[in-house]
Amino acid sequence: MAVTCLLGVLAGNATSANAASTLEAVKEKGFLTCGVNTGLPGFSSPDEKGHWTGMDVDVCRAVATAALGDAKKVKFIPLTAKERFTALQSGEIDLLSRNTTWTLTRDATLGLNFAGVAYYDGQGFMVKKSLGVSSAKELSGAAVCIQSGTTTELNLADYFRLNGMKYDPVVFDTSDGTAKGFDAGRCDVLTSDQSQLYALRLRLSKPDEAIVLPEIISKEPLGPLVRQGDDQWFNIVKWSLSAMINAEELGLNSANIDSKKMSKDPAIQRFLGMDGPKGKGMDLSDDWAWQIVRQVGNYGEVFDRNVGMASPLKIKRGLNSLWSDGGIMYAPPHR
Amino acid sequence: MLKVLFKRLFSKLWRDPVWRDVLFQTGLILAIVLVGYQIIQNTLHNLETLGISTGFGFLSESAGFGIIQSLIEYDESFSFGRTFVVGLLNTLLVSSLGVVLATLLGFLIGIASLSSNWLLTRLAVAYVECFRNIPLLLQIFFWYFAVLGVLPSPRESLAWGDWLFLNVRGVYIPKPELTGETPVFYGSFLFAFLVTVSLAWAGRQYKRQTGRTLPWIKSLFLVGIVAIPLITGWVSGVRVGWELPVQGRFNLSGGLSLIPELVALLLALSIYTAAFIAEVVRAGIQSVSKGQREAAAALGLRQGRILKLVVIPQAMRVIIPPMTNQYLNLIKNSSLATAIGYPDLVNVFAGTTLNQTGQAVEVIAMTMAVYLLISLMVSLFMNAYNRYMAMVER
Repeated sequence: MAVTCLLGVLAGNATSANAASTLEAVKEKGFLTCGVNTGLPGFSSPDEKGHWTGMDVDVCRAVATAALGDAKKVKFIPLTAKERFTALQSGEIDLLSRNTTWTLTRDATLGLNFAGVAYYDGQGFMVKKSLGVSSAKELSGAAVCIQSGTTTELNLADYFRLNGMKYDPVVFDTSDGTAKGFDAGRCDVLTSDQSQLYALRLRLSKPDEAIVLPEIISKEPLGPLVRQGDDQWFNIVKWSLSAMINAEELGLNSANIDSKKMSKDPAIQRFLGMDGPKGKGMDLSDDWAWQIVRQVGNYGEVFDRNVGMASPLKIKRGLNSLWSDGGIMYAPPHR
Repeated sequence: MLKVLFKRLFSKLWRDPVWRDVLFQTGLILAIVLVGYQIIQNTLHNLETLGISTGFGFLSESAGFGIIQSLIEYDESFSFGRTFVVGLLNTLLVSSLGVVLATLLGFLIGIASLSSNWLLTRLAVAYVECFRNIPLLLQIFFWYFAVLGVLPSPRESLAWGDWLFLNVRGVYIPKPELTGETPVFYGSFLFAFLVTVSLAWAGRQYKRQTGRTLPWIKSLFLVGIVAIPLITGWVSGVRVGWELPVQGRFNLSGGLSLIPELVALLLALSIYTAAFIAEVVRAGIQSVSKGQREAAAALGLRQGRILKLVVIPQAMRVIIPPMTNQYLNLIKNSSLATAIGYPDLVNVFAGTTLNQTGQAVEVIAMTMAVYLLISLMVSLFMNAYNRYMAMVER
């Protein structure tokens, strides 16, 4: 995969990868190609019928709704951590929405732009209860399962070095691989973003025998990425995400949005595209934000059904609550 | 006037085959250079437009990730350049072990398939058909997940005394440690090696001139390579200690360990390639005409001697060229290591390093260049060996 993408960069013309604009290219194709995780419950995983669900998947759907007016017009491309950036750089996908941590290197040297934060996460550790470990500080000498090519891999090395501890890195290509390795006893510890640990724990043969240690050793702001050099597309992705967050703040959700059309609240009027900036400047239809909420839902709905209390993962909102509810989820005003 | 002269000259040159060849070949080289230049320029331009960093500066930045197996000193603080070397050495390790194992196994099975023993022949044929026809990747998974993956946990390791441990994390054996005047030992070892080599040379010369083997040469070899270092070492106080694997809090620590990724990959590569080598060996042996065997048998040679002195030396000429291909295949196939996480060049460098730096073009170019270089060197060596073994016309 990485190599075929590379050939794209080598031989293809940069302008064709960027087209004149990504939006035009997407409209011409009639669907959005969105890079997602190969299978991570709660963020992106296909069900038995091949239907993709998860938070990252819903971000793809929101962008497709804004660009094409239809949440179903997405082609999901499952990518491993190692493949994801080349796939986006070479134009294989229009958007990467795959639990990717926003870092300086990725922002500044890969030719990519982060369009915001869809989930505030942090790296943690999971161990088997039988080891009798209660803190990550006791893990010196352990074998640790990690996914290759992630910030997790780097944070782990930093953390163990800082605390003067040793470890054996057992590196897998996919997060599913790390879970299998942990299950089989190839390693003592599974490390990943905390949200993933909860998701991967469901995959274990005996989920109750594993515990997540209290330490969080890093901050991992996860969000969607686009290629540099297409500001219009960058804005569309950025504002699709913001629209979901703002909708929750305004009390708009997929069930009530149509009835709010008559609302006197000027903020809601602007949001629904009856007034204010509408779709101008982004070349979108005036009701783009309205359609996102109607077809995909607001941020809170998306969180709840995929990773929150309405899902098997049962992750608390915590940092991901709205700023007005004590969290840090905050989107620029829709005006 | 000038035009006519030029025309005549041109048509004359055009008909001259030597000139025409030069013309076409220069044209071809020019075209290749131009296309190559265009590709490089285009790539650089594209990378710049896309805002992607270029250059090899990243090689000196610190890597920041751990690697489970390294033949040289390595930790997270070393550079990306170092990860390249670590990966390369791991690739060379699994390839060279694989080549040796596959050759031994392949020869045994190839010879067995021509045995007069019915059962042995059938078994050899079954081996070849079975392992040759199953995709290598599946075999790697088989050894890793189905065979090594079901071994007990470190706390319940299978153990033979304090010496050998086997568990899901790998194989653990004691690590020899020399204490005392080790330079003396190594020096005498080198000396013994030189003595043995010169003895071998002298013995060969003697045999070439007289047709007889020096009667005491074998015992001299033994004295040369084994006794000298042992005696000097013992006298100067060098002792061998063994560092035993010890049960730690999580894993066994100390001693030498082979990670299961290496074992699985090595088993899969050797067993798979051995099936092909067995066929090459069988074909080689069958290419030696029956008359040669019969003639050798008429001289009163036993089966083993016939094989060693008459059949295999002639078969080697047929065997070596296709064998080179098998070695190259094995080396290239070792890149499937990524599937089970063995830290070879492709996994560590073209995988993790590429992803952490994002410099796909440079990393992939370096990786491809290395495989090309390794393959060229193997084929150079095998071609030289082939010339050495070739029939000497008298």
